Formats: sequence, C-alpha cells, structure tokens
Amino acid sequence: MIPIYIRRRDALVLAGRGTALAVAACLFPQRAWATPADAQAALAALGGGAPQPGKVTIGAPEIAENGNTVPIVIDVDSPMTDASYVKTILVVADGNPLPGVARFDLSPANGRAHVEFRIRLAQTENITAVAVMNDGSKYSATKNIKVTIGGCGG
Amino acid sequence: MAETVESRLRVPATAKKGEIIDIKTLISHPMVSGQAKDASGKTIPRDIINTFTCTYNGKQVFAMKLEPAISSNPYISFPVRVDASGTFDFQWVDDNGQVYKDSAPITVS
Repeated sequence: MIPIYIRRRDALVLAGRGTALAVAACLFPQRAWATPADAQAALAALGGGAPQPGKVTIGAPEIAENGNTVPIVIDVDSPMTDASYVKTILVVADGNPLPGVARFDLSPANGRAHVEFRIRLAQTENITAVAVMNDGSKYSATKNIKVTIGGCGG
Repeated sequence: MAETVESRLRVPATAKKGEIIDIKTLISHPMVSGQAKDASGKTIPRDIINTFTCTYNGKQVFAMKLEPAISSNPYISFPVRVDASGTFDFQWVDDNGQVYKDSAPITVS
C-alpha cells in the first residue's frame, strides 16, 4: 500500500511544478492522505465498543471512473420500529485528505434504513459505514472502491 | 452565493397512510473542499453545506452532517413513512451561515 501513496504524491508534486493551473483544478493537492488509522479514530468518536460486521450493505460501483462523484447507497437491516431502529449511520473513507464523509440521523419515522448520496474519492480506497442501533449496538461494512480518475482532476 | 444556489425536490404529491415514500433532494452548491489552492498557492477557504435537515409537520425525520468528501451539488435521498397529510420542510446550512430552505406538501389518504 505505502509505495502506491508515495508514487501518487510524487506525481502530484510534479504536476504542481508543471502548471499552476493543474494545481488550482486539483481538489486534493500535495496533502497527506488520511490513513486507515485516522478512519478508525473517526469511528471511535462514536464511543462504545467495536462494531460487529453485518446488517449494513454498501452499494457502490466496483470501479468509479470519476472520483468527483461516486454514488453510494447504504442499507441497514432493521425493522425501524420504536423498539428497534437505526439511530445513526457514520461513513468514513480511509484514503481522502480527511477521513470523515457523512453522518446521518435516522428514526422510526423513516420506515426503512436507507440513504443515498454522492461522494468524492481521491484514490482507490475503502469506505466504511457504521450503523448505531437504538440499543447502542453497532454494525459495520467496508467496501473497496477502485477509482480510475481521483477526485483531483488527474 | 445565495442567488446561485437552487434546490430541487422530488416528493410524491399523494400517498397512502403508512406508506414509505422516497424523498430525493438536490441543491446546487460548489462544496469547496478547503483542500485546493489557487494559482498563487493560497488555500481556497472551505465552503460546504455542512448540515441538512428534513422535518415533516414540524418533527425532524432526517438529518445529515456533510463533510468536504460530499460531492458538489449534493444529492441526498432517504425514505419517510407518512401517516398524515402535511408539509415537508428542508433546510441546508453552509459554512458561511447561509440557510437555504425549501418545502413540499403531501396529501395522505
């Protein structure tokens, strides 16, 4: 994994020297990327124990041609009743300049635990979604998305 | 920026009591990530929609906290179970404190 990051960073530096315009157009120039550890730290902010795998489904393209807008669908297996519902969904990415992506607050009023949105991905990376249930239990899923052109114009 | 920001909603006009409807929203906003630099090397300050909320007859049914990783012109879709006719109110807030509002009625039979 590490050599890929370094190569990419070198390439960005070169691009920066090449043309100022290329840098201006670049969403994520010459910045250290977030690491999987940063992503885990962001998830730890939810408190409680580590999430268990399962219940959460991340729908996303296997290969995203354009990292500027990658459609994401998250479903959580939950009846969404007053007795049992998803309270919060937190989404992080481990290869963007910042790990945070989005946080959703849901309630039984939603009927289904389902959200759709579009994100920026700087490079091929993992996104992780953690669902926090009303009883405090946590479930998560991780999906690797290959990005052909990062959310960086290059 | 207020004059260029426009929201679009897709909310069914009618629904049956207890039905779960899908709401789709879109707002035109550049979502400046705060990561880019201009030609002189200065960082372009972050300006994103950071909060979105939806209320249904005054009760919050959905909220989202957005980070710079959300694409420009953020699209957000979510379900809501409807039990009574009324109004959905949507609110987006950006980093400059600008508030954008929109609403849609629904008739539940």
